[in-house]
Amino acid sequence: MQKTYYDPADLKKFGDVAEFQPELAKKFFDYYGDVFKEGALTAREKSLIALAVSHAIQCPYCIDAYTSDSLEKGATEQQMMEAVHVTTAIRGGASLVHGVQMMNKVKKLSM
Amino acid sequence: MIKSLKAQHHNLSDTTTQLKILSNGIFGEGRLPTFRKKIEPLNEFPLKPAEIEIFQVNVGYMCNQVCKHCHVDAGPDRKEIMTRETMQLCLDIMKNSNILTLDLTGGAPEMNPDFRWFVEEANKIGVQEIIVRSNLTIILANPKYYDLPQFFRKNNVRVVSSLPFYQPDKTDRQRGEGVFAKSIEALNMLNKIGYGMPGTDLTLDLVYNPGGAFLPGNQAELERDFKKELKGHYGIEFNSLFTITNLPISRFLEFLIRTENYEEYMEKLVASFNPAAVKGVMCRNTISVDYDGYMYDCDFNQMLGLKVEKTAGQHIRDFDLKKLENRNIVISQHCYGCTAGAGSSCQGTVA
Repeated sequence: MQKTYYDPADLKKFGDVAEFQPELAKKFFDYYGDVFKEGALTAREKSLIALAVSHAIQCPYCIDAYTSDSLEKGATEQQMMEAVHVTTAIRGGASLVHGVQMMNKVKKLSM
Repeated sequence: MIKSLKAQHHNLSDTTTQLKILSNGIFGEGRLPTFRKKIEPLNEFPLKPAEIEIFQVNVGYMCNQVCKHCHVDAGPDRKEIMTRETMQLCLDIMKNSNILTLDLTGGAPEMNPDFRWFVEEANKIGVQEIIVRSNLTIILANPKYYDLPQFFRKNNVRVVSSLPFYQPDKTDRQRGEGVFAKSIEALNMLNKIGYGMPGTDLTLDLVYNPGGAFLPGNQAELERDFKKELKGHYGIEFNSLFTITNLPISRFLEFLIRTENYEEYMEKLVASFNPAAVKGVMCRNTISVDYDGYMYDCDFNQMLGLKVEKTAGQHIRDFDLKKLENRNIVISQHCYGCTAGAGSSCQGTVA
């Protein structure tokens, strides 16, 4: 067993998950590949969404992969940072909007 | 101005050192397969040429720019330059063969004092296509170059220009402060006389290469972005965008090693190996010539000092199309750069 939970080298071994369950892995990676193909959204837009989600779920593998991928797709540094701010706004907002719940309760309890 | 690796006496200006790096380490220890090992099972070793269609002549390593990724290690301090006599030998070859394209590169090819003579003579003997790989800023570097767009048009030159991004910051970081603004000005000059404009046959192509240790994205998608952004912001039009992968040679190799990106970059190139791209690698249809008249399988091999194999005749004085078309192409691990993903060549993707 390795000494740390995360090893950058493990990212390259992602496909190895097929070793324990090939059928489901195949379904997942086929689906994954299709998701990121250019569709109604461009491949670059999808990459930026993936980058934002990577920060929301704080997945180091994903941040590593989608930083490179965004650069490859021609995203600018400003676009990439704006994507991270979208994450931050939603995460922050998700906490803050619960403030309404707190206020409701306060108002119910208070005279 | 930044000095070339050669002027700095940097150990990576030595081709033997570079070749050792490309053969030892991760490849020598067997952690990654050599390029030969990768193409052997495809029955592509030895790698053989097809018909030679492009005669790519490097007329000298002098350049007005010192780009950070330059595999030529070009710059103002490089003095290697092709003489008119050597150019004449190239012209004789073009005249006596069916090679379609004369592709002029450098450095900044326009800085060779015999550049214009060379282009005019090539036209006179009826070369079908003349490409000039222009860095754009040369057009504004000195009043003597201001009329280059007119000269190109008069001589029916196809202009291929580097522009790594459609915004200033990424371009300037790679090619030097102010390069983007000057490139835009030069592109405007070229557009103004018809280059890249619809309804003319004056071709202006742009070359994109990544601004770091990552691969180029999809060529068609990047072309669409470049067209939209350049037209929208600067009113600039062009014909095609070619994406080129950075190869681990000279300054880009130095960058990879200094920033500890070398192993990961090579892993990425190997992991992205595309057998279909092997079919289209440019060394199959190109001969690269250096300022001294020696021949190479490509401009990258030229910068690594890997001449075409001896039996093919190594100097243009001994040019023999049959022998060249029968030669074995010289390969090393940098070749992975041309077979990654959709492949890469001086004409963009190949697969």
